[in-house]
Amino acid sequence: MSAAGAALGARLRERDVSAAPAALNLLESTAAGDRAQAAELLAEVSPARLGGEAPAHVIGLTGPPGAGKSTLLSALLRVWRERGRTVAILAVDPSSRRSGGSLLGDRARIDFDPADPGVLIRSTAAGQRLGGLAPATRRSAHALAAAFDIVVIETVGVGQAETEVADVADTVAVVVQPGGGDVLQFLKSGIMEIPDVLVVTKADLGRLAAATRRDLTAALRSLGARATRVIAVSSLPPPSGIEELIEALDEHRAVLDIGARRLHARRAGALSDFVLEHGERGLRAIGGRSAAETLLAAQEPGLEVPALLAVLERGAG
Amino acid sequence: MSGDPPPRLPEPDPPWMMRTYAGHSTARASNELYRRNLQKGQTGLSVAFDLPTQTGYDPDDELARGEVGKVGVPISHRGDMAALMHDIPLGEMNTSMTINATAAWLLALYIVAAEEQGVPEHELQGTTQNDIIKEFLARGTYAFPPAPSMRLTADMIAYTVEHVPKWNPINICSYHLQEAGATPVQEIAYAMSNAIAVLDAARERVPDAQLEQVFGRISFFVNAGVRFIEEHAKLRAMAILWEELGRERYGVQDPRHLRFRYGVQVNSLGLTEAQPENNVQRIVLETLAVTLGRDARARAIQLPAWNEALGLPRPWDQQWSLRIQQVLAYETDILEYPDIFAGSKVMEGLVDELLAGARGEMAVVAEHGGAVEAVPYMKGALVDSHRERIRRIESGEQIVVGQNRFTETELSPLTDDAEGGILVVDPAVEAQQIEAVRHWRAERDQTAVDAALAALAEVARAEDGRQNLMIATIAAARAGATTGEWARTLREVFGSYRAPTGVGEAAAAAPDDELSELRGDVARLQEKLGRRPKILVGKPGLDGHSNGAEQIAVRARDSGMDVVYEGIRLTPAQIAASALQEGVHVVGLSILSGSHRELIPAVIDALREAGVSAPVVVGGIIPEQDVAPLREAGVAAVYTPKDFDITRIMRDIVGLLAANGSSANGSA
Repeated sequence: MSAAGAALGARLRERDVSAAPAALNLLESTAAGDRAQAAELLAEVSPARLGGEAPAHVIGLTGPPGAGKSTLLSALLRVWRERGRTVAILAVDPSSRRSGGSLLGDRARIDFDPADPGVLIRSTAAGQRLGGLAPATRRSAHALAAAFDIVVIETVGVGQAETEVADVADTVAVVVQPGGGDVLQFLKSGIMEIPDVLVVTKADLGRLAAATRRDLTAALRSLGARATRVIAVSSLPPPSGIEELIEALDEHRAVLDIGARRLHARRAGALSDFVLEHGERGLRAIGGRSAAETLLAAQEPGLEVPALLAVLERGAG
Repeated sequence: MSGDPPPRLPEPDPPWMMRTYAGHSTARASNELYRRNLQKGQTGLSVAFDLPTQTGYDPDDELARGEVGKVGVPISHRGDMAALMHDIPLGEMNTSMTINATAAWLLALYIVAAEEQGVPEHELQGTTQNDIIKEFLARGTYAFPPAPSMRLTADMIAYTVEHVPKWNPINICSYHLQEAGATPVQEIAYAMSNAIAVLDAARERVPDAQLEQVFGRISFFVNAGVRFIEEHAKLRAMAILWEELGRERYGVQDPRHLRFRYGVQVNSLGLTEAQPENNVQRIVLETLAVTLGRDARARAIQLPAWNEALGLPRPWDQQWSLRIQQVLAYETDILEYPDIFAGSKVMEGLVDELLAGARGEMAVVAEHGGAVEAVPYMKGALVDSHRERIRRIESGEQIVVGQNRFTETELSPLTDDAEGGILVVDPAVEAQQIEAVRHWRAERDQTAVDAALAALAEVARAEDGRQNLMIATIAAARAGATTGEWARTLREVFGSYRAPTGVGEAAAAAPDDELSELRGDVARLQEKLGRRPKILVGKPGLDGHSNGAEQIAVRARDSGMDVVYEGIRLTPAQIAASALQEGVHVVGLSILSGSHRELIPAVIDALREAGVSAPVVVGGIIPEQDVAPLREAGVAAVYTPKDFDITRIMRDIVGLLAANGSSANGSA
């Protein structure tokens, strides 16, 4: 049986990471009873109950297939764990459009100690939306942020994917492999939002990696995005650039107005959940997207997503 | 109308080398078996090592649990190798070793064992399989990442060409590709691409003048399926491609060096658990594929046993397979004629067709940057081919006698005995071997071992990679180091590696009626569970034969489930952690190595301890008499090779979850 939502939420609030698997089972469920329990769970980890924002650093990590995300995560995990930080990874894989099923292979590619209770890896399927987040991933990230030190949302894709991640993560890192010209083009043409950190993998490839890093830096400069750091890493032994990347991520988190970013994330999450549930027609009943945003902006900042969703549903009549 | 008399050879050809792939329990027990086999007329040895030895672990390693002495003999140090070869004159013997990731180490132990018999290394004859690319593709007993693995291979080639000149340092294996589902075209193309990768790596390690000799020392290990006409054509095509490759890419001129030399083990994939006596006919016909035509005849043959789909074969089962070879070689007239297909338009046409297909596929591999870089591509292609093969059998398009047609049968007297007609390794062997290796470590000169391993690490670490790893490896073997220590030393320098699983690359299935119906069931189950049904598929233990697990994973995805596929070599703790963290509804485990009686209960204990109540289903080579104990240990369902219809297995699992469905989450 599922443990009651409120109790699980309370355990997460107490930073009991062992509550996480059962909490995720509940948050991913679409069964009516589970939804109610999930709302209770989220209420327990709301800023109002926590007395502030959840402590974790929520990092979005996105990039095309083969860019080396899993290898990079393995290297990051090693250093984070050495420093005693607990880490949850929400790995989002695309689903098959034919069957709706999915093969979630990331876990096998990430190297970690299965006996370490301070690491959690949860694979989810993105559902039918290419490159998007699984519907439950936002809720999951919010909840886990109460218990873990670091929550990573790993998604596949480039172009559109990181916009969705940006709505939920504190820091967005885009991973590019040397010669990854797509990212450069997407950045320049504005298809892609400017990430907080750009990571060039496989720095052991030498000149190609250095050239990619240079091109990306130049493109960012021409776009006026001076705050975005470009970091080259190599995960092959001996690894390099990992410490520098961690430092860049920490630095971004430190200067961030976390309250504003999380508030934005919760409101965007509620709106996305609402559209998923009620569609564009539901949105029209509120008076359109901007009316919905205005309605959300008028709410208490400490409200969690299910409460905001309820506000929208009332607004739609 | 009378034609010319048929041409005959002046003298019949000598028979090919006859071997039996054998080894189990301990070095001493295997030595007795080898000596008995040689008395029966076997002319060479073929050593089967257990999985810990193949992957570089000592018997007391956590990962070795349940695997010691199961699918082969455990060899941990030079003492074991000496016991294995006791009273077998190594100067005269021709020994084939199925060893890959740890090939350099086992050859070093063999060289030291010969030394102890007073036989110099340059007299040794035999083969180390040593084909690492196919381990990444199909067999799974790799230990190090691709680049350093290729360096080890190249170092062995460079060493043997100079010091052990009659040794075949590598056997390019297309055998395992066919076992993983390869079509004849894929088998030819991937084996040749693989050979190119090896030769290109060797070219950097040997003087130019030696390259011709290196080319001449490369042999192949092929498979032969029951479509024996086409299979014979495949071998003729390989001989043509090999010669072409030698001339054009490597400038080889000596016709002796250009000859395509190969050994065979015929197909195991097609052997059935249902009416297993039919496998004898299959084996005979497959043997014809590699013996009928003189121009592409095998140099060495070893045959599987009729009962391999049931479990490990006994000495008597293997004797039967040896007798098949002897009847063919000594009773029939097969060795009396020149090539009987010379001038056959049909054979020529078949060969041309295969050549064209293989050249095309080799070009694709080359475009990926060669065989090492193309591993994910080739792996995905193999998973696809195997899925197609299973689909044809499921639909009845491909007939398998006794399995999907003509299934009525009388009771078989062959499987009547208490152990079901297979070999059961005494579970006490593992404890004895653990004790023995600890005793060995306690008795040896530890300082010498430490120094030898430190020297090995230094050679491995050297930036320029110029020193040959074989020399340091032989020194460590002589000093008394163990298999696990040798491999650990290199793992620390080279890193460890997980090969691609191939399932992500496999394309989605076209929905047929049965699959559509199943998807409907899955959708209804999702309603009931609140989440899409989620299954964990993995292989505990060291067994790397993953194609069954891959097919289950792909089919589960195609039925609409979320599949966490973890691949091979998982510990019970890893499986339990994954099942808990992923919140799966069911756990599917696959084992083919015979270690299920130890490993499955261990996994279930670990799951329950982690608080996961999800049901566990098991697939693999599980003897009938082991099913009940597994069910008692908490396994919800057991599937064996006779359950060839994967869609039916899926339906079963969905039914199991629907009946279980009061719990939405599978974990408390």
